[in-house]
Amino acid sequence: MSEALTLLLGLALLAATAWCPPRLTRLLGCLLFGLVLGVLLRFSLGAAVGVLGGLIGAGVAYRIFPLLVLRRVVFLVPALVLLIFATTLLMYKAPGNPFANERATSPQVEAALRAQYGVPKNANQFFAIYMRRLLVEGTLGPSIKVQGRTVEELIAPAFPVSLSLGLLALTLSVIFGLTLGVLAGLKRNSAADYLSMGLALIGISLPSFVIGAVLMIVFSLWLGWLPVAGWGSYRHLIMPAFALSLPSAAVIARLSRSGIIEVMQQDFVRTARAKGLPESWVIGRHALRGAIIPVVSYLGPAAAAIMTGSFVVEVLFAVPGMGQWFVKGAINRDYSVVLGTAIVYFGLVIVFNLLVDLAYAWLDPRVREERA
Amino acid sequence: MGGHESPIQSPFQLAFRRLVRNRGAVAGALLLSLMTLACVLLPLLLKLDPSHTQPVLRNLPPSSQFWFGTDGLGRDLFVRVLVGGRTSLLVGLASTAVSVLVGVSYGAVAGFYGGKVDEAMMRLVDFMYGLPYMFLVILIMLMFSEKARGDMLPVFLALGLVQWLTMARIVRGQVLTLRRQEFVLAAELLGASDARILVRHVLPNVIGVIVVYATLMVPSVIILESFLSFLGLGVALSWGQLVSDGVAVINPVRSYWWLLVWPSVFLGLTLLSLNFIGDGLRDALDPKART
Repeated sequence: MSEALTLLLGLALLAATAWCPPRLTRLLGCLLFGLVLGVLLRFSLGAAVGVLGGLIGAGVAYRIFPLLVLRRVVFLVPALVLLIFATTLLMYKAPGNPFANERATSPQVEAALRAQYGVPKNANQFFAIYMRRLLVEGTLGPSIKVQGRTVEELIAPAFPVSLSLGLLALTLSVIFGLTLGVLAGLKRNSAADYLSMGLALIGISLPSFVIGAVLMIVFSLWLGWLPVAGWGSYRHLIMPAFALSLPSAAVIARLSRSGIIEVMQQDFVRTARAKGLPESWVIGRHALRGAIIPVVSYLGPAAAAIMTGSFVVEVLFAVPGMGQWFVKGAINRDYSVVLGTAIVYFGLVIVFNLLVDLAYAWLDPRVREERA
Repeated sequence: MGGHESPIQSPFQLAFRRLVRNRGAVAGALLLSLMTLACVLLPLLLKLDPSHTQPVLRNLPPSSQFWFGTDGLGRDLFVRVLVGGRTSLLVGLASTAVSVLVGVSYGAVAGFYGGKVDEAMMRLVDFMYGLPYMFLVILIMLMFSEKARGDMLPVFLALGLVQWLTMARIVRGQVLTLRRQEFVLAAELLGASDARILVRHVLPNVIGVIVVYATLMVPSVIILESFLSFLGLGVALSWGQLVSDGVAVINPVRSYWWLLVWPSVFLGLTLLSLNFIGDGLRDALDPKART
C-alpha cells in the first residue's frame, strides 16, 4: 500500500504547484529547465558542456520565457518523474514478470537474473535503481527480453521513424483540416460546406485502422501504386501518414470552420472591409489569424491523439517505430523497454506542448502580456 | 407533451422539436436502435453460437446459407458480427457511464469551489489531456490480463478512466458560470448545504450538456476498444477484433473481402449514427456550441 500512498502524494504535490507564487514559479522553472538541459547535454557531449549548457539554459529561460511557459515547466518535470513511478507501479501490479517463461525458472536462477538486470521484486526499489541509472549513468538500461541490447539501441533506429511519421501526419492534418474548415466556413451552407463537414464526420467516425486497411487494399493490392507495408522509401510513408492524419484533420476542420464563422462577424473585419481592402487581404491578414487560435490550442491534444493512433497504424503497416516496441514490451513485460518508450513519447509531448505555448503567445497578444 | 398548437413549451419540448426536425439525427437514432435490437436480441432468440466451428465450410463467401460468409475456422460471420456488436455497444455504454460519473463529479466540484482548488484540479486534467492515453489503457489492461478473459469490467474501467477529461472540463465551465447566478445565492441564503445546492440546483441545469457530450463520447470509446482488440489486448469478441481478423488475411493472392467488409461496415455505421445523434442533440440542446 505504501506505493499507492507515494503515488497520491506525488499527485497532490503536482496539484500544489498551482499555489506556487509567480516569483517562485519563475525561479523553479528556470532551475528545472537548466537541470534537464544539463543532464541531457552531459550524457551526449560531456560533463563540462553539461554544466555550462545547464547554466546558460537557465539564464536564457529566466530572461526570455513567458511565465506561461515556465509554469508549465514547473509542472511537467515533476510530472515526468511521477509518470515513471506510476508506470513502474502498474507494471509491477500486472500479473507475470519478465523472467517467467514456459520452462519453470528455478528461484536461484531468477534471483541471479533479477540482480543482473536490476529488477528487484519490489517496485520502489526498481524505481530507485531506474532513476539512479537515468540521472547518474545516463542510460535507459538493458532490455530484458532482447538479449545484449540496451533500450537506447532499440529506440534509436525507431525514433526517427515514428517522429517523421507523426510530424508528417500532423502537417497533413493541419493542411487538410484548415483548408476544408476555412472553405466550409467562408461558404457556409453551400455544397462545399456540406461536403467538407461530411468528410469530417467520416474522419471522426472511422477508426484509423479501418481507413488504413481500405487504403491498403485500394492503392496497393488493386492499383499497385504503393507498397503494401514496411519501411524504406518515402512511398512507404504515404498511406500510414494519411490514415493517421484523418481523425485529427476532421477535428481541425470543425474547429477552424466555427472559428472563421465567428471571426468574420467581428467588428475589425467590418472595419477592414470598410477601409476598402480586397477580400483576400481581409481574410488572409485579419480573419485567418483569429480563426487559427483554437486550432493552435488543439495541436497539443492532436499530437497525443496521433501518438495513440500511431500504435495501431504502425502495427497495421508493419512500420518499425516506437509504438511497436511499446506494445511488444508491454505484452512481454519488458519493464525497461516500456519505461524507455514512455519517457521518449512523453518527452516529445512536453517539447511539442512548449512549442505550442510559444506559438500561442506569439499569436495571441493577451497571453504575451502576462510576462511579468 | 404539448402539441404544435400549445403556445407555451418547456425548453426540453423545444429541444425535442428541434431534434426531430434534424433528419440526420433521426436517421441515426433509427439505425442505431435497429442495430442494437439485432445485436442484443437475435443471438439470444436464435440461440446462435459465435464459436461453433465447421471445418468443412471454411472461408465461404456470402451465400443464402451464410449471409456474411464464414471465416478461416468455418464459423458463421453473421453470428460473429452480431455477438461482436453486443460487446462493442456494451463497452461503449458502460465505459461512458464510468467516465460521466467521474467527469461530472470532478468538474462540478472544481467549478463549484473555483479559485485555487479549481486551478489545481484543472491542472491535473490539462496534464492528463496531453498524455498519449493509450499508454494508460494498455497498462491498466495488463493488470487484468490473466484472469480477465471474458470479464469486461477492466475494459470499462480502463476506457472510462481515460475518457472523463473532456466531460470534466465542460461541466466545470458550466458550473463556474451558474455558480454566480442569483438562484444559487438564494439557495445559499436559505441555508442549503453545498452538496444540496450542487445536486438540486446547479447540476439539473447542466444535464443537457452532459447528455450531448456523453453521446459523443460513446463512439470514441468504441473506437478505443477496437484499437485495443486490434493490438491483441481485447478481452472479448468485438467488432474491433473481427476487423483485425479481416486485416490479418489481406493478401495479394486470394481475397477474403467479407471478413473485413462486414465488421467494418457495422462498426462504421454505428459510429456514424452515434455522431449524427450527438451532433443533433448538441444543436438542439446547446445551440451556442454549434461547430
